[in-house]
Amino acid sequence: MCLAVPGRIRDVKPVQEWMYSGTVDFGGVLREVNLSCVPEAVPGDYVLVHVGVAISILPEEEAIQCLAELEHAGVEFEYEEGLE
Amino acid sequence: MKYKDIYQKPELVKAVAEALHRTTTKNWTLMEVCGGQTHSIVKYGLDALLPPQITLLHGPGCPVCVTPVEKIDRAIALAKDHNVILCSFGDMLRVPGTKGDLLAARSEGADVRVVYSPLDAVKIAENNLQREVVFFAVGFETTAPANALAILQAYRRELLNFSLLVSHVMVPPVLQALLKEPDCKVQGILAAGHVCTVMGTRMYEPLAERYQVPIVVTGFEPVDILYGVQMCVRQLEEGRHEVENAYPRVVKEDGNLHARYMVQQVFETEQRVWRGIGALPGSGLGIRKEYAAFDAEKRFCLQEIHSEECPDCISGLILQGRASPVDCPVYKIQCTPDHPLGAPMVSSEGVCAAYYQYGRGAK
Amino acid sequence: NRGRVEMAHGGGGSKMQQLIEEILLPAFGNPEGAARHDSALLQVEKIQLAFTTDSYVVRPLFFQGGSIGSLAVNGTVNDLSMSGAYPVAISAGLILEEGLPLEHLQAVVSDMQTAARTAGVRIVTGDTKVVERGRCDGMYINTAGVGIVRDGVDIGPHRVQPGDAVILSGDIGRHGIAILAAREDMLDYCDTASDCAPLNSAVTILLNSGAEVHCLRDLTRGGMASVLVEIAQASGTFIHLREEAIPVSASVRAACELLGYDPLYIANEGRFVAFVPAADAETALKAIRTASVSGEAKIVGTVQKRETAGVSICSKYGTERHIYMLSGEQLPRIC
Repeated sequence: MCLAVPGRIRDVKPVQEWMYSGTVDFGGVLREVNLSCVPEAVPGDYVLVHVGVAISILPEEEAIQCLAELEHAGVEFEYEEGLE
Repeated sequence: MKYKDIYQKPELVKAVAEALHRTTTKNWTLMEVCGGQTHSIVKYGLDALLPPQITLLHGPGCPVCVTPVEKIDRAIALAKDHNVILCSFGDMLRVPGTKGDLLAARSEGADVRVVYSPLDAVKIAENNLQREVVFFAVGFETTAPANALAILQAYRRELLNFSLLVSHVMVPPVLQALLKEPDCKVQGILAAGHVCTVMGTRMYEPLAERYQVPIVVTGFEPVDILYGVQMCVRQLEEGRHEVENAYPRVVKEDGNLHARYMVQQVFETEQRVWRGIGALPGSGLGIRKEYAAFDAEKRFCLQEIHSEECPDCISGLILQGRASPVDCPVYKIQCTPDHPLGAPMVSSEGVCAAYYQYGRGAK
Repeated sequence: NRGRVEMAHGGGGSKMQQLIEEILLPAFGNPEGAARHDSALLQVEKIQLAFTTDSYVVRPLFFQGGSIGSLAVNGTVNDLSMSGAYPVAISAGLILEEGLPLEHLQAVVSDMQTAARTAGVRIVTGDTKVVERGRCDGMYINTAGVGIVRDGVDIGPHRVQPGDAVILSGDIGRHGIAILAAREDMLDYCDTASDCAPLNSAVTILLNSGAEVHCLRDLTRGGMASVLVEIAQASGTFIHLREEAIPVSASVRAACELLGYDPLYIANEGRFVAFVPAADAETALKAIRTASVSGEAKIVGTVQKRETAGVSICSKYGTERHIYMLSGEQLPRIC
């Protein structure tokens, strides 16, 4: 019911009074996305997109977020930044 | 890919799985609500990483599985009307109606088009003003804002040739329908993360309280799913039953207020029939009077279409985790992925299709 | 009635196989008894000829990395190469829709010429028909190709054995995604070009490398998954893949995540798999990587002995899932 993927906003343009849309980059793939549900989003922000509509803005520091979540769950792990 | 790769890292998945093995001491049966979660579990084989005591039941959170056969038949009838362009998500094209599916209708000349977004259907309406363009609007709360935006956009651009055939459903009512059954085996729920991205998590608190069941809002990447299972099992082991958020990067307690406001403007709660489960009060979204012009049910006369479910198909019991495909009389005989009789045999992560192909979960 | 032709019958999946087995093979028969292969092998005196035919109906006609013209020539060259033959001559039958701009036709024909020159093959004969507007989608091309099978070369699924290494010539999914981007309905832009390219030079290098080659197959419609399932069924073996070894470019992965596709089922037009004995795997890999079209070749799996034929893939978490043929072409998902 909800395949949603993260993408980076490249530009934002008003469509109608309170409707916005913009081009979102999903990693070498561009698509127009409706941004009316995240009116505070600006170019450079990451948003979560489902069926062409952004439903949430993603926090800036995703790596720290993930590790904080795991610590909260009592998960022990070693994770150096440059594992890629 | 940012926001995805880190949540697929094998060493993090391994770490969460190990924490889970340490936490689990008893047998627990959990249900992941969303078809997208089921897809990740089947694709990455995540259930094989769980301790043997844990059983995962696939929940009813997939539009392919729960859209009632009446709506499929109406979509097919509309598609066969020569003046109609019927737009739909790809998921719905192989779902069996009473006679055939949308793909078969297309081969008989119906103009059926697959779209990625409801807003693409609005563009098609704008480019084909002399044709009726109907979008088959299925989905759960996550998809409601996009369908609401499609109607609001068509309304502003006065596109009177655009309408929605709506089959929108919501999660809490169907969870209540499952949990109140005496023979319900589900002890913990992994709630659908993206539904909660829109709606927030508060709506689950009454369910967790009344049915004494932990409800953990869970994501879709491998780390997210195992993390959700870990938090749910920890609650069960400690005898707690709360709503917990294992997907904080996108889920807030109140969800997305802009999106919820938009849905409120266009839709209102109403009773909805769920395929295999039946009618559930307050479990669906219907188009409000103010936007009735965009409601395909009112624009076209669809009432006298006679619909009927395949009598042997037990998809309802399977969707509620109360039966398995092997209990079904037509499973693997008349009902196969090439000729699905019931919806759970259609999509690759439908329970019956997963059983047929992988013999998965045949515990 | 027996129903109607559906898009799925052309999708490279099980419905297409069903159509071939139930309607086409009984009518055309399969005298050589050769398993369904990319080319038919004909013995003419002392020479073994490879003979193939294909039709190209791609929409749109032009896309990043190629056109219906380069696709038609390379596709035919590749079918011949996959049976171990070197291509000699190609025919091209053009079906044109009334109203097709002549500069589009010119562009397609010059693409065909360039592709033929690159692959070192000649277009020796052709035909042109025009149909009324609306009876075809701009232009279709049907080709036939003739090649000569090298002496002592016997390549096909019948030779695949447990222990063989499975070599993949490069990253997958480029062509299907490039076409999606060119249609601009689901994607506005994608920085992926089609992998459309001739494979005959890579095959020649491989066959001259001294490595024993059991089977070759180019990965077109239905993607790598469908081809491997077909070969596993035809050879009665079990193919086990390693997910981490299979290269997928970042933008193809992004497009598949967005639309709900699995890259294993996305079409390619310049990629092949080679089945070689384990002992020759390193030799074969080194040789294949010297060809420009397969510079990033990798060993992505092995052939095993199990009771039933099939294909499975081991995830980066060490778990295994089975791979099946889709009934038709893959549809995008929202769930």
